[in-house]
Amino acid sequence: MKPEPLLSVRDLKAHFPLDEGLVRAVDGVSFEVFPGQVLGIVGESGCGKSVAMKAVLQIIDPPGRIVGGEILLAGRDGGCAVDIAKLKPESESMRRIRGAEIALIPQEPMSSFSPVHTVGAQIIEAIQMHQTVDKRRARRMAAELLQAVGVPMAEQRIDAYSWQLSGGLRQRAIIAMGLSCNPRLLIADEPTTAIDVTTQAQILNLLRRLQRQRNMAIIFITHDLGVIAQMASYVVVMYLGRVMEQGAVNDIFLQPQHPYTKALLRSIPDVKSTPHAKLPIISGSIPHPFNRPEGCPFHPRCDSFMAGKCDREIPELLPVGEDHFASCLLFSGAGAKAATGSKVRKGAS
Amino acid sequence: MAKGISTNPVLLELRHLRKFFPIQKGFFRRTVGSVRAVDDVSFVIREGETLGLVGESGCGKTTTARCILRAMQPSGGEILFQTREGNTIDLAPLSRRQLRPLRPQMQMIFQDPFGSLNPRMTLFDIVGEPLLVNGVRSRRQRTEQVAEILRLVGLRPEYMQRFPHAFSGGQRQRIGIARALALHPRLVVADEPVSALDVSVQAQVLNLLLDLQERLHLTYLFVAHNLSVVKHICDHVAVMYVGKLVETAATEDLYRHPRHPYTAALMAAVPVSDPRVSIGDVELKGEVPSPADPPPGCMFHPRCPHAVERCRSEVPPLREISPGRFVSCHRAEELALAGIGRH
Repeated sequence: MKPEPLLSVRDLKAHFPLDEGLVRAVDGVSFEVFPGQVLGIVGESGCGKSVAMKAVLQIIDPPGRIVGGEILLAGRDGGCAVDIAKLKPESESMRRIRGAEIALIPQEPMSSFSPVHTVGAQIIEAIQMHQTVDKRRARRMAAELLQAVGVPMAEQRIDAYSWQLSGGLRQRAIIAMGLSCNPRLLIADEPTTAIDVTTQAQILNLLRRLQRQRNMAIIFITHDLGVIAQMASYVVVMYLGRVMEQGAVNDIFLQPQHPYTKALLRSIPDVKSTPHAKLPIISGSIPHPFNRPEGCPFHPRCDSFMAGKCDREIPELLPVGEDHFASCLLFSGAGAKAATGSKVRKGAS
Repeated sequence: MAKGISTNPVLLELRHLRKFFPIQKGFFRRTVGSVRAVDDVSFVIREGETLGLVGESGCGKTTTARCILRAMQPSGGEILFQTREGNTIDLAPLSRRQLRPLRPQMQMIFQDPFGSLNPRMTLFDIVGEPLLVNGVRSRRQRTEQVAEILRLVGLRPEYMQRFPHAFSGGQRQRIGIARALALHPRLVVADEPVSALDVSVQAQVLNLLLDLQERLHLTYLFVAHNLSVVKHICDHVAVMYVGKLVETAATEDLYRHPRHPYTAALMAAVPVSDPRVSIGDVELKGEVPSPADPPPGCMFHPRCPHAVERCRSEVPPLREISPGRFVSCHRAEELALAGIGRH
């Protein structure tokens, strides 16, 4: 029997009404996260991966807002689920979820800490926000957290300012802050793009270890396919605000079905590829959000483009294998019609 | 094109290049120390080949590139450049005026296609400016040449009167490449030319760079941190760590059999886009030291899993351990290090 999903996002839509037009940053995205699972969300710039995560935390920058869909967070200990999409961003219940139930590791560790407060003071603040403990106890907890994420001399570093720490240590401190209230779900938004490869390897190993120890679910967002292959067990591939394909990590990397996923995987040079050989390319570039193509958002760049079909119909996410879904009109033939009804997806273990 | 020991003539040779930045303190701006951004770097680049310069941020790879182009005055060492006329000139001590006639022969492609193009200049102005500066006064002649270069990089000449904002990241990078090639340089320094681009666009630009090299017999110095891209495009690779060159070799040799523990660690840390291959659990401990306060002995010894007593006191010199292969490690011969990219 499948466990209940911890978070289930259904047909989420987040739009930005701008003077120049409407930007559909997230346009009908559905996925599920199970307890203890690492879900990877990959996509290039403008695919809506970060906005979707901000929607989950109700921290979308204005004028953007959630215009449709559900974000169901399972209750603790079998309690009833909350629909985050219905909560007000500034409401008390939303504030209780942020940090305590769902924590965020933001992209830039430099700009995420206040430069005028010590790192410790900020972690202590987060702890006291959600737990009734006195300052001494909170401070001890903060030091333990810093130690747990591998900050050497945690007792001294707790009084350091963020700008006194190196990039790797700063990222560790942010992770410590994210863990401070034992969240059930950690959202890591490109946590390693700003740091070097050898430090990146340390941080990735740390996240994997913490996830195993605490049986925490992680949503890992990145544009780096290598990082996704190493971290995630289930992968969602996004393009221009829509899910193109989702499946278990092995299915996505070894048997990709959607033309976009296939082309993307082919086009990245690998350490094993033949040197100097021409790489297979994806023609064109990502369209500007105001010039969103009709029909399938990928059709102008797709090599399996079917005239009269892909530029008119918006493909639905349909099953193409076990726990493997793709939204491409190639799969919406007569055979796949029957499956259209059972649209709800079940994630991998 | 991959070759073991190349016989192409040498285009550029660095000998013991150094660039130190003074650290100043107090009211009188007394110099209290120096940041050794580039410390004793030597390598050669042969005509028609690509040398990849890799390393983590702050290792001095960009500073090295800037010294070669003489956008900076090096603190010491020689930069021997073979000019089109067949003379070998040391660029390091030359004055700005002396450098001027040589500038057309070396050009740069920048990392950020958004920041490196003036938004108030049209494509014609951007690509035509180097021509104008170098004596192509006739507008008609310039228009013809710009059109030709634009076609070469895969842009339509009709776009000549447009401004950069009308183009996507990949197209802008093509504009930057067109500007660099306008004067038919012999050496092109590309500083992270694809790292700011979307993954689906990177392959287009890499293919263009390879294609142009073949057609125009260009020589590239390719500065990058992405080891997969470097493996794909470079004939030789030089690895830097905190201002020092740790290893240089032919690409295939370096990836298969790294000789320096840092090179091996760098390779082990690269996430492979294959879920069946997991990155090594042997991670490098600690962090990159500051070039203002380098450790004694070998720069890498505090993090090196193979360090011995000698590494803590004695700086390992860069030495040739087999033809064309230079390593700065005391234990290069005895260590058996794992590489990647076995077929």
